[in-house]
Amino acid sequence: MSGEHLSTVDNGAVAMAAEQRSAGVPDLVARRRRRRGAVWAVRLAAVVVWLVGWQLTATYWIDPFYYSKPTAIWSRLVGWFSHGTAFGSIWTQIAVTLEEAVFGFAIGAVAGVVLGIVLGRARFLAEVAAPFIKAANAVPRIVLASLFIIWFGLGMSSKVATAMVLVFFAVFFNAFQGAREVDRNLVDNARILGASRISVLRTIVVPSATSWIFASLHSAFGFALIGAVVGEFTGADKGLGLLINNAQGTFDSAGIYAGMIVVTVLALVAEWLISTAEKRLLRWRPPAASADVQT
Amino acid sequence: MNDPVIELRGATKRFPSGSGPAHTAVRELTMQVAAGEFVAVVGPTGCGKSTTLSLVSGLEPASEGEVLVRGERVRSIPRGVGYMFQNDAILPWRSVLDNVAAGPRYRGASKAAARAKAATWVERVGLAGFAKYYPHQLSGGMRKRVALAQTLVNEPEIMLMDEPFSALDVQTRALMQDELLRLWAGTGAAVVFVTHDLEEAIALADRVVVMTASPATVKGVFAVPLSRPRNVEEVRLTAEFLEIYREVWESLRVEVARAREEASRVG
Ligand SMILES: Nc1ncnc2c1ncn2[C@@H]1O[C@H](COP(=O)(O)OP(=O)(O)OP(=O)(O)O)[C@@H](O)[C@H]1O
Ligand SMILES: [Mg+2]
Repeated sequence: MSGEHLSTVDNGAVAMAAEQRSAGVPDLVARRRRRRGAVWAVRLAAVVVWLVGWQLTATYWIDPFYYSKPTAIWSRLVGWFSHGTAFGSIWTQIAVTLEEAVFGFAIGAVAGVVLGIVLGRARFLAEVAAPFIKAANAVPRIVLASLFIIWFGLGMSSKVATAMVLVFFAVFFNAFQGAREVDRNLVDNARILGASRISVLRTIVVPSATSWIFASLHSAFGFALIGAVVGEFTGADKGLGLLINNAQGTFDSAGIYAGMIVVTVLALVAEWLISTAEKRLLRWRPPAASADVQT
Repeated sequence: MNDPVIELRGATKRFPSGSGPAHTAVRELTMQVAAGEFVAVVGPTGCGKSTTLSLVSGLEPASEGEVLVRGERVRSIPRGVGYMFQNDAILPWRSVLDNVAAGPRYRGASKAAARAKAATWVERVGLAGFAKYYPHQLSGGMRKRVALAQTLVNEPEIMLMDEPFSALDVQTRALMQDELLRLWAGTGAAVVFVTHDLEEAIALADRVVVMTASPATVKGVFAVPLSRPRNVEEVRLTAEFLEIYREVWESLRVEVARAREEASRVG
């Protein structure tokens, strides 16, 4: 960024200011790197202490039948990935759960964004819909998983539906708020410049709401995974939820942990993808404002 | 004089207030602006200058009276209107170039054509090296220039400017005033320029409209018979300028004092 700064600047004063700023930069970079190193060292130490502690307590004091232990979980994971699970290859289970979550996420997010923005801009509709939305949001949505099993059967669509419902509400409320908080000045300016209603929506409302929407997308993929896994708990013939449910049925605590770890890794990878997309789309934001969003 | 481009006939604007009676922002406004004329509007703060512009732009309907643009009643945003708002209104998610290209894009130009047109205006307002910058990387004065280019790129026949330079330091302001006069000369556009700064008003305008304290109405209109082209820095020092200044200030002073009195009584 600072390179681009210097190359395009043709104004003496600005160039000088940039130079002055960059004089202190190496020092700052080194300090920041050292700090990052320390943070990671402490994190690693915490994980090692925790794992060793767990392993020792489970070996000498508590019953590993209930609490399992790190080595048992590790060997369960190794077993799954090298020999497969009771229901076939682990990759099949991952693929099934991921597919359900991704479909649910995509449909829920698109529906949430579209409906949120439309209601955010249409005062009358929003007023009409307000109590219904409040009521729908108050329904314990996890329970819907059971209903969807009856409606759509044991296959994939019931899980997609559960994931979708969870994602929809998370995204909807943020998109709604984002569309409402659009700067009136920007809309007026665009209209004066000649924008039609559609153009205002496309070039002003949607970009303004994007920061709000991304804030919800971070947690939304987590919700999609929860929806898929809970759906599989309720009834399924494939998937990570089934694997975890089966582990529960056979008192295999190591299996539950192992399933948990696989789901967590999926969620983290998705979170990383979403953060990357966000950084690309919200490049225009000043660094100070975007710094507290990226984790 | 030929037919006025902008005409207000007894225009009144009331805003609904949360409780009690509606708040009257401007009342019984009557004024005219001819094609190619530069009119400055001065008045105490909060008197209703921005409201007047919003009536002409069609963003707000008049509660009473008539607002005419090219002899037709204003119902929506009239064709050929440009409006530089008092507050920053450029898009933070677009680069300087794309901000300026917004107008032509909205009016149906292709992306390439809009950008080419925008590039010449970015250059004209002196931001050629900053075309790829985002607004948050610019200074306040540079952002005002972006807004100016964004308005001018549409080649408006009517330009409404709401204190466009009030946030700038004295030197930059003088620079921008000269630039505005240079860019405006020969366009034949009618300009309504709202400002707090009486010197600025006289240096730029053909006529100065003085408004009363809130709720505003037109108190007086003063002709500025200074020759063009003008150099803003130099014209300030001439005897004619000072004479006009004294005359207008005499009228404005009373209103400013009244507005201050009222504000302290309410506050
Ligand atoms: N949208 C609105 N709703 C309610 N009241 C408003 C609205 N816009 C303006 N007003 C009121 O109308 C009056 C005139 O406001 P306006 O913004 O036109 O003043 P102004 O002359 O531009 O002031 P300044 O010089 O400080 O910009 C103010 O008392 C303000 O409170
Ligand atoms: Mg104002």
